[in-house]
Amino acid sequence: MWDNRRYIIQGAFVLIGLVFLIKLFAIQVLDKDYRTKAERNIIQPIVQYPFRGLIYDRNKQLIVYNEPVYDLMVVPKDVAIADTTEFCELLGIEKEVFLENMKTARTYSRVKPSVFLKKISHEEYGKIQDLLYKYSGFFVNPRTVRGYTSPVLANELGYTGEISRRQLDRDTTGYYRSGDNIGITGLEEQYERLLSGKRGVSYKQVNVRGIEKGSFKDGALDTVSVPGTNLITTIDLELQTYAEKLLKGKTGSIVAIDPSTGEVLVMATAPTYEPKMLSGREFGKNYGKIASDSAKLLFNRAHMATYPAGSVFKTVQALIALDEGVIKPNEQIYVDLSGIGDHAPAGYYDVARGIEKSSNNYFLEVMRRLVVQRKNPNYIADSRIGLALWADAVKKFGFGAPLGIDIPGEASGLIPDVDYYDKIYVNKNWGYSTVQSLSIGQGEILVTPLQVANLAAIIANRGYYIQPHLVKGFEKDGTVTLKQFEKKYTGKGSDYYPAIIEGMKRSAQATTRAPIKDIVIASKTGTAENGAKDETLDHSVFMAFAPVDDPKIAIAVYIENAGWGGRAAATTASLVMEMYLKGYIEKDWRNREEYVLKGDFLDEEQKREIERKKQEKARKIALEQQ
Amino acid sequence: MRRRDSILKNLDWPIVFLYIILVVMGWFNIFASVYDPETAFNIFDVSLSSGRQLLFIGGSVILIIVILLMDFRIYESFAPYLYALFILLLMAVLVFGAKINGARAWFDLGIFRLQPSEFTKLATALLLARYISNNNVKLTEFKHQLMAFFIIFLPVGFIMLQPDLGSSLVYFAFVLPLFREGLPAIYLIVAGSFALLGVLTLLLPITIIIIIVLVVGIIWILVTSRSVSNIVITSLLALLSVGFSYGFGYAFENLVPKYQKDRILVIFDSNSVDPLGAGYNLNQSKIAIGSGGFSGKGFLEGTQTKYGYVPEQSTDFIFSTLAEEHGWLGSFVVIALFVFLMIRITVIAERQKFKFARFYGYSVAAIIFFHFTINIAMTIGLFPVVGIPLPFFSYGGSSLWSFTIMLFVLLKMDMHRTQVLSR
Repeated sequence: MWDNRRYIIQGAFVLIGLVFLIKLFAIQVLDKDYRTKAERNIIQPIVQYPFRGLIYDRNKQLIVYNEPVYDLMVVPKDVAIADTTEFCELLGIEKEVFLENMKTARTYSRVKPSVFLKKISHEEYGKIQDLLYKYSGFFVNPRTVRGYTSPVLANELGYTGEISRRQLDRDTTGYYRSGDNIGITGLEEQYERLLSGKRGVSYKQVNVRGIEKGSFKDGALDTVSVPGTNLITTIDLELQTYAEKLLKGKTGSIVAIDPSTGEVLVMATAPTYEPKMLSGREFGKNYGKIASDSAKLLFNRAHMATYPAGSVFKTVQALIALDEGVIKPNEQIYVDLSGIGDHAPAGYYDVARGIEKSSNNYFLEVMRRLVVQRKNPNYIADSRIGLALWADAVKKFGFGAPLGIDIPGEASGLIPDVDYYDKIYVNKNWGYSTVQSLSIGQGEILVTPLQVANLAAIIANRGYYIQPHLVKGFEKDGTVTLKQFEKKYTGKGSDYYPAIIEGMKRSAQATTRAPIKDIVIASKTGTAENGAKDETLDHSVFMAFAPVDDPKIAIAVYIENAGWGGRAAATTASLVMEMYLKGYIEKDWRNREEYVLKGDFLDEEQKREIERKKQEKARKIALEQQ
Repeated sequence: MRRRDSILKNLDWPIVFLYIILVVMGWFNIFASVYDPETAFNIFDVSLSSGRQLLFIGGSVILIIVILLMDFRIYESFAPYLYALFILLLMAVLVFGAKINGARAWFDLGIFRLQPSEFTKLATALLLARYISNNNVKLTEFKHQLMAFFIIFLPVGFIMLQPDLGSSLVYFAFVLPLFREGLPAIYLIVAGSFALLGVLTLLLPITIIIIIVLVVGIIWILVTSRSVSNIVITSLLALLSVGFSYGFGYAFENLVPKYQKDRILVIFDSNSVDPLGAGYNLNQSKIAIGSGGFSGKGFLEGTQTKYGYVPEQSTDFIFSTLAEEHGWLGSFVVIALFVFLMIRITVIAERQKFKFARFYGYSVAAIIFFHFTINIAMTIGLFPVVGIPLPFFSYGGSSLWSFTIMLFVLLKMDMHRTQVLSR
């Protein structure tokens, strides 16, 4: 009975066997995914972080180096702490931090090591090193952070920090991993690719408890880490330090350039911060403080701030007019005071006197001749031709566009051209009278301190400049490669430069705290109008180069709300140039150094004016409230 | 007068041969699963599972000799006592047993541990065989079916109390020998239908289940008969099915502990469950198996195996060792060996003159079949992870000895198949 049922049962045995073989064929032979997963299980990449490139000054003095720090690692499984309070005291952390970090580590893995405390400094590590053996499950992993030889150049150097999610998403190289350090702002960002070097990876096989079991494929896939390239900057570290000392307590910037090479000797901005504050364990805490400071400590005024050009721009007007031939170097032009307000008297002016006295009405006439050249009988059409010519010429001096200095964030400034006015005056019926305030560097013109320093270099060079830059060469494996630059000419000729320089020489002589003993300087003062008409004064501007016959330094100084350019900015520039050229400051009755360090640039009348403006504002507010 | 024959006379060598191959392969794979390239332990080292398994294999040889020397008739006569003894042991283990992995299933005897539920299968098979072999017992009759189910499910009740789900499931294997001896097929069909309905309940919303049941019911009525009684019975069955599905779904959702629920859900969707939690065993087991490829990574070369990624690898997940190191080919060989073994056992069962031995033979085949099916299915994600060993392969004395005894008791009966069974 029921004998046939044996076949059903035997059939079931075979059927299940077949089902297994088919399923196994699918996951073992067809699906390659499991092979990858198996490799991911056993392979632990061990990253060797490369040595980040060093940064030197122009004299091969070290500015930025790598400082050893220690990440305290933990394997939660092995942790047995008898006295948590003692442990926390040793590390200098709160008990809540301890618990929080332990929880994070445990969530990651109980058996694999993870970072418990990041970036313990060398000194702190020295304190805990001998006692760490008492705490099983903890060990240190050495790394490096940036160290600085001087508390200067914060905004120019930039800083390094952990790569952000956004940067990772934007990274097209595929090099960066979460947790990597990356240069943020300044030279660290600009030269990130060179500085960072190349990470090395060795692939280890690990067992399920994360314990190493030898190399994967005998190290065939391993790579060696390549240290980063060193940067040789153009900065003169001593001069930079001096410049930053002079700027302390003020708001402003100093840019000094070696005119013959375009090398930036000094790039200082104030207020600023100390670079070491954004390195190491305190980064998070300090960054919040620095970034939220109302004084904008991360804003590098030297190349990011734009100001109305002011009187220093008169030199550009003169140079363009001479190059265009609308005035002659010795041509005497009678100037009355009917045009615009003027500090200079009426009378006959040649171009040198125009610069010396900074005559507004003289340059009004110069601008008129530039713009209204009677190339077209129609006044409006003629103005268009003239302004186009003028704007092109000005842009050749590096204005209106970034000069291309090798740190991020450079502002363009603004040179208003035909398109610009066409956008404002939709029916295009603008003419010379609309644009005449440009003649004395006012109106819409905006320039950066860097562009003005470059202007000083152009005049020093008698008609050309070299792109200002902060890095002149790269050092790799002991060999130095220098960057190459070309001269950029700003006009057709250069024989008219002596006239301008003569005016600037005389201008310097007339500025009390500008001249340097035994060295002839050429300079131009300026006052950049403060857009905000509140209780503060205009910005003090000064541009100069020295020595006149063999220029070694060209400089621009901006001190905000310090009034007339002949005082704060001129004195600061004079000191920086003297320090560079002589190596010391000649003491005399002018007490320039004390004057700048004290920072009290205003006279009684200016102080009264500030007081008056303050009261006016208060009255207005009171009125509005009624 | 009896002639003293060799104790090996009439022994079924193909089965012995298959047994030896499986046991030896198991032993090598146990070594592979505990092998650590950095320590100098060898396969004989008793501090490793492989060394201890060799002792268990030695014990098996002794057991085999004892079985072959013993009278083959005692199994039928002693079946009730043996059954009673093991029921007592199952009760005792609930009180005196050691709790391991959450189940009180083991007696801790110091040098080794004993799992009575492994041996109870043998006692149950013998008693059931004895009951069925009674000529008055007809499996087509309800009261006899009831008695048979009682014999099966009494030990299951105690095992569930341990609780040991995997070992309990194996007792459903007795459905196969009962089926062979005339249990109506409807039992298998109904059980199969409810199992299918249960799986569907976990996968589909209740509304879809209702639609499926309705459609199947209507088709059934259309193709069979449109008599009133057929329509009423079908409707009742449909209602029962929907009720079952609803009740099962509710019970699964609310009564089953989360870890068991996850073990089931992970089969359908490996992403639905935490891969480091409930899904971990299955996930790692599949990675090990899947990475084996067609021909495997080679003996002692399985990275997932030797670096310890698969938990319980020498016992319940021993198949993953084989599949990683010997690939699809190795799996093919072992699966084929099992299928041959099981079919060979049914062939032996069929040549028995007496119902007792035949039923017992089918029971052995069915128990091996259930272990084989559930164990491999769980390592490749076709069945929830329930801890039951792969016969002859997995590390462990209780498992190896109980299967050895089961198999060789059958062979002993087979050797005397021509002799008259006297009571």
